[in-house]
Amino acid sequence: MARFQASKYILMKNVITVKGVTKIYNPDTIPVHALRGVDLQIGEGEFTALVGPSGSGKTTLLNIIGGLDDASDGSVIINEQDIAKLSDSQTIEFRKQNIGFVFQAYNLIPVLTAKENVEFVMLLQGASQSDRDARVKELMSAVGLSDHLDRRPSQLSGGQQQRVAVARALASKPMFVLADEPTANLDSKSTADLLDIMAKLNKEENITFLFSTHDQRVIDRARRVVNLDDGAVISDKTIE
Amino acid sequence: MVFKIAWRNIGRNKRRTAITAASIFFAVLFSVASESLNRGVFDGMIDSTVSFYVGYIQVLKKGYWEDRTLEESFEMDEKLTSVLNNVDGVDDVVPRLESFALASFGKITKSALVIGIDPQKEDALTGLAGRLIKGGTYLQKDDKEVMITSGLAEKLNISVNDTIILISQGYHGVNAANRYRVKGLISFGSPELNSKLIYLPLSAAQDFYGAENLITSLVLDVKDKNTSDLALQSLEKSIDYQTYDIIDWKDMMPEIIKMKEIKESSNKIVMFVLYLIIAFGVFGVILMMTKERKFEFGVLLSIGMSRVKLAFTIWLETVFLGFVGAIFGLVISYGLMYYLSVNPIVVTGDMAETYAKFGIEPLLPASVDLDIFITQALNVFVLTTLLAIYPCLAIWKMKAVDAMRA
Ligand SMILES: Nc1ncnc2c1ncn2[C@@H]1O[C@H](COP(=O)(O)OP(=O)(O)O)[C@@H](O)[C@H]1O
Ligand SMILES: [Mg+2]
Repeated sequence: MARFQASKYILMKNVITVKGVTKIYNPDTIPVHALRGVDLQIGEGEFTALVGPSGSGKTTLLNIIGGLDDASDGSVIINEQDIAKLSDSQTIEFRKQNIGFVFQAYNLIPVLTAKENVEFVMLLQGASQSDRDARVKELMSAVGLSDHLDRRPSQLSGGQQQRVAVARALASKPMFVLADEPTANLDSKSTADLLDIMAKLNKEENITFLFSTHDQRVIDRARRVVNLDDGAVISDKTIE
Repeated sequence: MVFKIAWRNIGRNKRRTAITAASIFFAVLFSVASESLNRGVFDGMIDSTVSFYVGYIQVLKKGYWEDRTLEESFEMDEKLTSVLNNVDGVDDVVPRLESFALASFGKITKSALVIGIDPQKEDALTGLAGRLIKGGTYLQKDDKEVMITSGLAEKLNISVNDTIILISQGYHGVNAANRYRVKGLISFGSPELNSKLIYLPLSAAQDFYGAENLITSLVLDVKDKNTSDLALQSLEKSIDYQTYDIIDWKDMMPEIIKMKEIKESSNKIVMFVLYLIIAFGVFGVILMMTKERKFEFGVLLSIGMSRVKLAFTIWLETVFLGFVGAIFGLVISYGLMYYLSVNPIVVTGDMAETYAKFGIEPLLPASVDLDIFITQALNVFVLTTLLAIYPCLAIWKMKAVDAMRA
């Protein structure tokens, strides 16, 4: 068994490769060096925390990996695709098919129910009604909200909303999920619940998570911790 | 789902929806009100002039309209009247023989328009018998008597049972002179008409002018403007244009038509300004909405909703909003205008006098012609639809990260 696990680790495929990425905001006025040559590889099935103080560049890095922002230099390769080479509409399409997003807050479409929010991405992908129904059911039960399907976001607590956001991020069967401080607005109970769910999905479904945080309780749950400071990776530890 | 999102968003921000719908509603209401009142007033003017005297359509001998002489009169033959009677929408054909004469009583002489009529048909067309002032009697077909408008009677200082002397040049230059007993006095609201008309039966008039069997015009009795337009079309096929002229109310009342046009174009300017104000109002709301929901748009772009789809959703939302407002405005303004058409605003003071000069009752009736409502509602709706392009442009240029930065 141990041998098998080890070989899996060795054969593990890289889904994200960040090579020498720098980001300079406002290069023409008051330049801000948000990232200073970041190298990072994320393998399939990892559960990685991107850690660092506020302003260290976590959001910037996640945005660049997610194709929401452009790097000033360096490249991001996702599953052999250099995302800088995609056009605007291709990038949006690429995100739809390959990346799940969970933001700090206000993830959900206010006028749609929890079920419809999860279903929405699949609709954009053109999935059939039966596929959608089955997957929504499965995901909502995975995040423990089977009996809240028809609630609007405003009728859910912050923690429940973030769980729906995780379900939505997974609905499209992405290669990985990027979550930028997903617990920043949650109390400790909700934080623990959300992390439980994410860890379970990671373990049982082999879903790759890359999330940023500066909360020690969240860091403690990660299996790998990448430490960012002033736009540079200062440590990278895998916890066995 | 796109429709669902758009539709539900209308219910989401109640205040925004209310503001937008209300401004659209007011735009529809105001534009409809001004157009409806304007049209109502002029239709009223036209209708009253038409029904007092000229009728919607007249058949004349070619050239009469320009010259107005008895030499351009024509024979009233059976064939012509039966052709005209057979035209759809024509209820009856009313003959007249008109010319000017001098009217004297005692030492006073005035110029008058002497009209030979078929008393019964004329009454059916213009309600002439109803204008009779107490004390007189309405004309009969074979009478050799006259009815005089009260304004003229006052000038001549003549009253019922007095004898009036008429002098004129008749058909082919014969001398026309005769005396008639005044059988009744007629009153018109229009001072213009009231000061110059003298009616006598057609046969007596033909005798007077030496114009045996001749008439100067045939007035067609049609129900209203729309019928008149239809009748006119079928007349064009059945009438000999070499011999006859057909003129309708538009030719007969060029001043009123002109006034209506002037009023309409000034109305257009007012409406343009109104639309401009409304457009700014609605645009403000749309601008606010776009700003408020930037984050949401950013999320949607992040999770892979294409810009086209997102823009379409927001456009649709604004269009729904415009639709709701327009329908709302349409229904309420129709109700209001309907009320005003039944209970017209009464004009007082100087305006009332001006109205009287035109021979019109001092009322501001509203028109409830559907096309006004539909045009105005459509205009406002189209306006909103165009304004809805703004958020689409914003979405087109939007960067998801920028949108989501607080
Ligand atoms: N749009 C921007 N314009 C200018 N500077 C920015 C912008 N976004 C972030 N920054 C700066 O870049 C640095 C990294 O920011 P960020 O990636 O948000 O850090 P973190 O998410 O770790 O708090 C900070 O100094 C921040 O002020
Ligand atoms: Mg951040």
